[in-house]
Amino acid sequence: MIEKERLIWIYRVMNEIRYFEEKAYTFFTQNILRGSVHLYTGEEAVAATVISLLRQDDYITSTHRGHGHGIAKSGDLKAAMAELMGKETGFCGGRGGSMHIADLNKGNLGANAIVGGGIPIAVGGGLAAKLLDTDRVSVSFFGDGASNQGTFHESLNLASVWKLPVIFVCENNQFAISVPTWQSTSVKDIAVRAAGYDMPGFTVDGNDVLAINDAMEKALDRARKKEGPSLIECKTYRWKGHWTGDPEVYRTRDDVAAWMEKCPIRRLRAYMLENKTATAAALDKIEAKAKAAVDEAAEFALNSLEPDPKTVMDNVYCVPGKEA
Amino acid sequence: MAIKTYAMAIKDVLAEEMRRDKNVFVMGEDIAEQGGIFGCTRGLLAEFGPERVRNTPISENAFVGTGVGAACAGLRPVVELMYMDFAYLAMDQLLNQAAKIRYMFGGKAKVPLVIRGQQGIGRGNAGQHSQSVESLFMHIPGMKVACPSTPADAAGLLRTAIRDDNPVMFFEHKALYATKGEVPDDTEFMVPFGKANIVKAGTDVTIVCSLLYVNRTMEAVGELESEGISCEVIDPRTLVPLDMDTIVASVKKTGRLVTVHEAHRTMGFGTEIAASVTEQAFSYLDAPPERLGAKMCTLPFNLGLENAVVPQKDEIKAAVKRTLYR
Repeated sequence: MIEKERLIWIYRVMNEIRYFEEKAYTFFTQNILRGSVHLYTGEEAVAATVISLLRQDDYITSTHRGHGHGIAKSGDLKAAMAELMGKETGFCGGRGGSMHIADLNKGNLGANAIVGGGIPIAVGGGLAAKLLDTDRVSVSFFGDGASNQGTFHESLNLASVWKLPVIFVCENNQFAISVPTWQSTSVKDIAVRAAGYDMPGFTVDGNDVLAINDAMEKALDRARKKEGPSLIECKTYRWKGHWTGDPEVYRTRDDVAAWMEKCPIRRLRAYMLENKTATAAALDKIEAKAKAAVDEAAEFALNSLEPDPKTVMDNVYCVPGKEA
Repeated sequence: MAIKTYAMAIKDVLAEEMRRDKNVFVMGEDIAEQGGIFGCTRGLLAEFGPERVRNTPISENAFVGTGVGAACAGLRPVVELMYMDFAYLAMDQLLNQAAKIRYMFGGKAKVPLVIRGQQGIGRGNAGQHSQSVESLFMHIPGMKVACPSTPADAAGLLRTAIRDDNPVMFFEHKALYATKGEVPDDTEFMVPFGKANIVKAGTDVTIVCSLLYVNRTMEAVGELESEGISCEVIDPRTLVPLDMDTIVASVKKTGRLVTVHEAHRTMGFGTEIAASVTEQAFSYLDAPPERLGAKMCTLPFNLGLENAVVPQKDEIKAAVKRTLYR
């Protein structure tokens, strides 16, 4: 059961992510964005639902497919779009780009372009929460591919042995670039791996906000009570290729179309209408506002300054008095 | 001043810094009850308890990464690697994460993390436990690299490392742990990074060396001096930042440079120093710089073979003499 206000928040954030990714895709095809852009379209329910339960002082780590997590944790569409464009006003002043959105003041310890690289860092967030004597939790988002990295297994073991408040959220979108999970992964449900590390494991429909919420509430309760970590596997699907230039030889248009039928946003909308959480008009308004916010962020980013090349050597090291 | 071993100097600074700042904690393999296999964390568990003195599983990439995350979240972790050879197991977290986070995130993060541990020859530990890997870490922007050769430097550099807001690779040498020396009692005693130590002043040749090779070089220098060759011996103490000013000033005086280290010769830090000296003081050089380092060969187990790989006293003397055309 999700309270009305939070459902509406989730709906808004999912729409913001959806429009943001559509805008990013358009900008990429227009050569306004460079680099690798990994779109989260179709997976919005995971970031929005998980983060809807977090406080601002809770930590997350994110992935190369990290726009959704960054937007949900910070709520700053402008800094996100500006970062994708490499502008000075971006989250990282244009030094990180699409794959490195971070906002430490709001608990985002950073998106990571190394598959599985953020998992131990989230464990460190959990250790800090514990040693600083807080009830903060740390959430690591990662994909199905990362569950075959050593860091996944080492980190689950370490977090379990130390009973750290870490929630491992696996976004199983069923392909590691072009390789389907059945070719690369020893188990059908990645969450069964939790048993090897003596922690609860949940496999849920990653397009179902309520199912994600249910698992996340259990994991969060356990983490806040300092009882230890959990693993949640959200089975979902990315509508776009691995990146914006992916030839997508590994699936058919019909496969994609079938998953688009399971759109998590439409599904949440139907649920909210059915339960009279909001009227169709109210939800339309939320969607329109989300779209307008993305358009505004895009304008902001387009009009932002490029970083000054004279500053290229700034912040290689932290210099006393210039910590920022 | 107190006479301490190199290991004791490290242990004392860890304890002092943990007393001073509750955000400092230590973790690593066998560091709690056992106090580390070289005793550098002995007694810390009893004083600070298991929350701040943590035995880790044998999962270097994960516990180094946990240190990175904890540092980003406001703690000051000091992570022990049992052997610095094991840094190779954690290279992603060290080089792709710790070193890059601050820059990649636009200066909005800091990673006050110390990775410390011992390396090098001397105990017959063979190819995977005897390497000198410090030069590797000079190549990656964002890391600092410290290499103490004396108990006082171990103490002063470690305190600086712990208080630094950047990731620091802190290289100790296993053959130095039992060496003794005077260490200031002052719990604020710090050796600044980027300031070389002129171990011995001289006029004929500049020798740059670090870690165990400061002692070994000094043995050679003793004999060279008795042959009338005046050597200036410089220990850079930190490789990042590297005090080229002191080295270049010395070479401008002596006209000759020899670098000596236990790290492999190819792309060892002596190569960088020789190149920088050649750029900055070419016209002062009276001879080509000489570089000594381990041969490009895996460190062998057998003592005679191990000695055949790393620079020997006679080789140091011969290199110095070559620069003097003697």
